[in-house]
Amino acid sequence: MMFITGRKSINVKNFLIQAVFLFVVILVVASAFTSARTNLAELGISSGFSFLERATGWGYAFSLFESSINDPYKWTLFSGFANTLFLGLITIMTSTILGFIVGSARDSNNITIQAITALFIQLFRNIPLILQVVFWYAVLIHMPSPKQAYNMFDVAFLSNRGLMIPSFNVSPVLIFSLFVLLMLYWLLKERLLILRNASAKWFYGCIIFGVALYLLFCVEGNLFSVPSLKGLRFVGGTTVPVELITMIIACTLYGAAYIAEIVRGGLNEVPKGLVEAGNSLGLNERMVWFRIKLPMALRTIIPPLGNQWVFMMKATTVGVAIGFSDLFMLVSTSITQSGQTLELIAILMMAFLLINISIAQLVHHLNSRMALKGH
Amino acid sequence: MQINSDRSVLLAPPSKRVVKFLHQRAFRSKTDSIISIGFIITLSIVIYSLVNWAFIGAVWSADDVELCRTSSGACWSVIDARYRLILFGLYPYELHWRPILACIAIVVTVLLSCLPMMWSGKRLTLTWLVGFSSFYLLMEGRLLGLQEVSTGEWGGLALTLFLFSSVVLIGMPMGLGLALARRSTLPIIRHGVSLFIDTIRSLPLLTTLFVAAVVMPIVLPDWMVGDKIWRVIIAFSLFFACYQAEVFKGGFQGVSKGQFEAGDALGLSYFQVLHKIVLPQVFRNSLPGSINMVVITFKETAIVIIIGFFDVLASAHAAFGNGLWAPYYLEVYVFVALIYWSFIFSLSQYGAYLKRRMSIASH
Repeated sequence: MMFITGRKSINVKNFLIQAVFLFVVILVVASAFTSARTNLAELGISSGFSFLERATGWGYAFSLFESSINDPYKWTLFSGFANTLFLGLITIMTSTILGFIVGSARDSNNITIQAITALFIQLFRNIPLILQVVFWYAVLIHMPSPKQAYNMFDVAFLSNRGLMIPSFNVSPVLIFSLFVLLMLYWLLKERLLILRNASAKWFYGCIIFGVALYLLFCVEGNLFSVPSLKGLRFVGGTTVPVELITMIIACTLYGAAYIAEIVRGGLNEVPKGLVEAGNSLGLNERMVWFRIKLPMALRTIIPPLGNQWVFMMKATTVGVAIGFSDLFMLVSTSITQSGQTLELIAILMMAFLLINISIAQLVHHLNSRMALKGH
Repeated sequence: MQINSDRSVLLAPPSKRVVKFLHQRAFRSKTDSIISIGFIITLSIVIYSLVNWAFIGAVWSADDVELCRTSSGACWSVIDARYRLILFGLYPYELHWRPILACIAIVVTVLLSCLPMMWSGKRLTLTWLVGFSSFYLLMEGRLLGLQEVSTGEWGGLALTLFLFSSVVLIGMPMGLGLALARRSTLPIIRHGVSLFIDTIRSLPLLTTLFVAAVVMPIVLPDWMVGDKIWRVIIAFSLFFACYQAEVFKGGFQGVSKGQFEAGDALGLSYFQVLHKIVLPQVFRNSLPGSINMVVITFKETAIVIIIGFFDVLASAHAAFGNGLWAPYYLEVYVFVALIYWSFIFSLSQYGAYLKRRMSIASH
């Protein structure tokens, strides 16, 4: 009997603790909401998402699409989201490639290569990202003016206005949708029966046919446009703004230093016996590398690599320091301009949640493809 | 790897050993030799021009600003003239001995916590409390009977160290609390805390700090708003705590279930089991991870410049400004980078050493 009452009193105690916890959490959230409402109402700001339809009345520097100060908030925020994704995906790709190169070179037998890669990693990993960003920004805006721009083989020019590169004379929407289509195909080809074998030919055929039709009928003038100096400025091509180049350089170097360490850790985990087995089978160094070391190492590399990708997506927010108009910058400007604080913060959180979940899905997909059969 | 197992290298006389080492590690094949020579040449050119820039052609004194225009090297005069601004911001000039002592207190605290003899919860807590409070008292001054300097006037490296040490000091116990709550047997608390930790972890630090600095004054009732710097420190500590909770989680997983059960069987209460048996092991297990978090936190404090604090990076910007020193921005950035780099490099090397040592011990 004693035992049962003891048990019961513990249950009651547990119930009470949780009830109090829940009560306090609800109280805090509710009071925060009500006081936010009253504070905002005093400023004459009504809550709700209707402000998304209003025109912003302010412009921003960098946009993948055409933008103007008459755009509604929803378009401006979407454009910021696209900028964040664009910068994040570019830096993820470049830093992963560079990181794999540096990380595997770190594993080399040659002592000079080891020294240089160690220097690279220790230099870029141990300086705060934001310091690297402002440093590269300062270096780039002190570049010569367009008239004395650095000429790279007559196709690209680097000046204090940014990097002038040749461009296709097609709309960015087309390139973006092609990219999305290919990504979807790559992710889903094993799930969808339609896209197997012979159907794949049809799939590719249709895409190529569609693009060819577009190029034939919709593009005016030259397909390719190369920048050239006319007077004081450049004509033709595309300008990559200084802010974007800065962010790409800084995030790539910083991320690559981390990824190199991840790759090296993964390579160290590969059992020595496997490499020796490969050597004794008469495989040359390159085959040992691609057939044994890399596939074995990838299994330990991919989970931390996924974390690093998420980190790099979040790191794009640092761009606000130099005025790169990513989602965070546009949300914070919107907050100061429109006052719709809670709604905009909610949108920001949702966007990052979406990004994190997508990367987690991608990593899960990669992981399951990499897993040893039967394990 | 294959090389070190070659005994003949180790047994040969010194000069031959060097030759053989170089042969195997740098000049084993033709491509190897080409790569080695290429890298050695590039590296020596880079080092030569760096030394030329930083030392040989450099101007050192603030009195020789005119020389900077013509010299080929760095103009360290800007550092000579403005280093007080970079280190201590707008802190009253004649009181600079106080931030100097305060910064030394924090550095000594960090160094002390690296000593193995300090690795117990009690000693570390004591060290950090003493270090932090002496920092705060010296900087603020009122309680020591010195002239009062409010937090608004703090800046530079002193402000960065202040943010760093208060985040670690407040965030550590918070992280432990979150880790314990996440292990709770009560489902509502466990899931609630997990949701909180995962939400904070999925957001960039900058948004968390931005919410604390800009949004909180709107959300909170007036009497709770407080100073901006404390709101930001608490938000930063929460962010730190959510990551540190994951580190502690790993530490808890390293303690076997039998240890908890043995404590229960001895009739110890929940808190006695934690305090006497589990936590000492958790701290030990999670030490390398915690050092890693501390290093990351030190690096991340640089971000507060965006939400308008006068930290070491902001004061560096002020140091070259738009006037006389504007052309010498590179020197200032190099100086600040060197400060960050030496802190972070030494701490992270120490963390790596500790991890190696512990992985050997556990084998």
